[in-house]
Amino acid sequence: MSDTATAHAVHHAPTGFIRKWVFSVDHKVIGIQYYFLALFSVLAGIVLSLLMRIRLAWPNEQWPLLAKIFPTGFEGGLMSPEFYLAMVTMHGTIMVFFVLTTAPQGGFGNYILPIQIGAADMAFPVLNMLSFWVTFLGLVALMAAFFVVGGAPIAGWTAYPPLSALGQIAGPGLGTGMDLWIISIALFCVASLLGALNFIATLINMRTKGLSMTRLPLTVWAWFTTAVLALLAFPVLLAGGILLLLDRNADTSFFIPAGLVVSDRIINHKGGSPLLWQHLFWFFGHPEVYIAILPGMGATSHILSTFARKPIFGYRAMVIAIFAIGLLGFFVWGHHMFVSGLNPFTALAFSVITLSIGVPSAVKTFNWLGTLWGARIQFTTAMLFALGFVSLFVAGGVTGLVLGQTSLDIQMHDTYFVVGHFHLIMGVAAIFGIFGATYFWFPKMFGRMMNESIGKLHFWITFLGVYAIFVPIHLAGITGQPRRYAQFTDYAYLEPTAGLNTFTSIAAIVTAAVQILFVVNLFWSMFKGKKAAENPWGATTLEWTIPSPPPHDNFGGHVPVVHHGPYEFSVPGAPKDYIMQNEPPEAVPAH
Amino acid sequence: MALLLAVLIWVITIATVVAFTNGPWKFPELISEHGQAIDDQFAITIFITGLVFFLAQMTLGYFIVRYRSRGTKDERATYNHGNTKFEIAMMVMTAVVFMALGITGQKVWAQLHLQEIPANAVEIEVTGQQFNWNFRYPGADGRFGRLVPKLIDDATNPLGLDDTDPAAKDDVRATTIAIPIDQPVKLLLRSKDVIHSFFSPNLRIKQDAVPGMLIPVHFKATKTGRYEILCVELCGMQHFKMKTYLDVMNAADFNKWLIDQSAQ
Repeated sequence: MSDTATAHAVHHAPTGFIRKWVFSVDHKVIGIQYYFLALFSVLAGIVLSLLMRIRLAWPNEQWPLLAKIFPTGFEGGLMSPEFYLAMVTMHGTIMVFFVLTTAPQGGFGNYILPIQIGAADMAFPVLNMLSFWVTFLGLVALMAAFFVVGGAPIAGWTAYPPLSALGQIAGPGLGTGMDLWIISIALFCVASLLGALNFIATLINMRTKGLSMTRLPLTVWAWFTTAVLALLAFPVLLAGGILLLLDRNADTSFFIPAGLVVSDRIINHKGGSPLLWQHLFWFFGHPEVYIAILPGMGATSHILSTFARKPIFGYRAMVIAIFAIGLLGFFVWGHHMFVSGLNPFTALAFSVITLSIGVPSAVKTFNWLGTLWGARIQFTTAMLFALGFVSLFVAGGVTGLVLGQTSLDIQMHDTYFVVGHFHLIMGVAAIFGIFGATYFWFPKMFGRMMNESIGKLHFWITFLGVYAIFVPIHLAGITGQPRRYAQFTDYAYLEPTAGLNTFTSIAAIVTAAVQILFVVNLFWSMFKGKKAAENPWGATTLEWTIPSPPPHDNFGGHVPVVHHGPYEFSVPGAPKDYIMQNEPPEAVPAH
Repeated sequence: MALLLAVLIWVITIATVVAFTNGPWKFPELISEHGQAIDDQFAITIFITGLVFFLAQMTLGYFIVRYRSRGTKDERATYNHGNTKFEIAMMVMTAVVFMALGITGQKVWAQLHLQEIPANAVEIEVTGQQFNWNFRYPGADGRFGRLVPKLIDDATNPLGLDDTDPAAKDDVRATTIAIPIDQPVKLLLRSKDVIHSFFSPNLRIKQDAVPGMLIPVHFKATKTGRYEILCVELCGMQHFKMKTYLDVMNAADFNKWLIDQSAQ
């Protein structure tokens, strides 16, 4: 079975530009396409967040220049509240779907996983191409929402009905813009579902000789678990999206109850439940958090071990922890709904399961620290970002213990404390995973090295910057500052947060500006960087046994054979301080 | 580089701890009976999570310096694949602490939501709409009059109160909410259009108002004064302006206020 699958996956290198770079079936090209789609998206998402931060720091300031660019959003020079909410919605949607779900899994997973398991390609190369192009269509549909009458939707990335279900009458952007949003998400769900099937089939069927499950790099475990989560979570959101579209356009009432009166107009629906959407959404939405972060954990483990020159501490515990986090992630969606009108008994169960996720998360942290213990750390840019990931993972994770408690969530729900928590853990930590992975695998992907000096400068300012942005956001949350508010000036009790908001905005502008260093480094190095050797980091896994960049079929037609675990660093008596997975067994002294 | 990174992590950690403990950013003034337990639980949780945060970051910084590469030829890291006993010990310790937090964190919740609401509670119906709050008191008969959506007219009858219902006669409507001090109060939350969320930062009360549902919450206020009420579930473009006031009064003032309102 696995032999035939492998044989099918081998295909000849295309020659034309279109088949080679546009409609490519090569997992490496598709991975790079996903990566650049995410890069475009993240830059767009950052611009939207800066627009929000400008409004929050200087609520009464006139912006004549921005009024020229966005004539309706900045009518009279002042950003309108509906424009602010459109930014909230689009920033969240772009970042969660088209950046955090796309770059780590579609990008790096696609590129690296087949090579790390010694395969020539994914199990279903054409399906892989379709996954990317459907994702691309999803992004086009989302971006189109900016340009339709009424503008982009204002219902937030969670799109709670009835607000999202009633159409234009409920607010600007809730007409065509909202429909486009749903279509975009539905396309994204389909694409992710196809991608997940492909990852799972590839991992199960196409591992090379000797690559038992206990010899898989932790990156592969993370991508595999992520694919399982995506396979189970995305169909639920897809179903929810279709029902919402029907409520809006076919007069069904899945989410709209009877007796609604909006702006003095009676809404002719009956029998629906707004909470049903929240259940469907968060049944997807919580696993989605882990879909965003697990690949980052995998990359961090991998990079830490490589530059600590030490085996990963507690490999089995790490694998079990990844699975435990993924599994428990399906039983905690209710913690997003404690104050939603959910049965209060149910909330008790959701709360306890939520806190229990802290245990495997702590195991990961202990084992990362354990990996550093007794190490000989080499401070490459990739390693700096991996260490930054550990710091941010702890900082963003501990506040989960606050929000997971029903009693405390009464006060903290829908405040900036939540904003700070999820941005640190699933936003910034995950982005640090992406940065680490970029600096680490760039030489393999593009055959050239990135500039380490610029990379390190990028790290220092970004690391300090993200703390400067998100610590004050937590403090604003404790004070009681609510999310999704275009301004806070009407509320006397929020006076202490005015300075915090300005500070956060300045930190955000500086940190965003520094990302230009990264983009410049990326493109400059792609063409002008120093040529990369096959294994510039002295790493152990299979991708470092082939040329940089790898040939079309990865291993040049031969099948690599694995003899060692993935993290054999500093083995006593070995000639080098690392043993590659495919080195013959006799290369290792008995120990 | 190792030292620089370690120092940066330590400085960020200490600055964060100082900002959390010594800054002016605290919960707003507490004015409810159950709120003290929430505040205490928050203090304990922040202490424990703060300690975890502090120790983890300090250790990370220390390891970064202590185990940096010295750049010497043939240097080797310790060859070690882990220590099962250590891992199990750490896991059990974390599980005990986190579960203890998880279980104690349920107490106030259970008290608020699972205990029977006192029969003498002052009942107030809270109706959210884009973009303001409506409050209704049942009047002397203790019963709310019937609401009919098609009678709704935002200018004259925002709730759609049916005047033909005898129970509707003495209903009192208001746009701010007044409650008596030291008496149990029961709110019944509903919405005319989209989801709203009733948040009184001072009462430590937050509950969504969901169309199609009638959701009860109860509490007891312990301090008189005027406090801000806001909506914390995104409800449309003027969401950030959906503000009103909570007035906590002594019993005499409250009764007088009710009479004044019904006269309007």
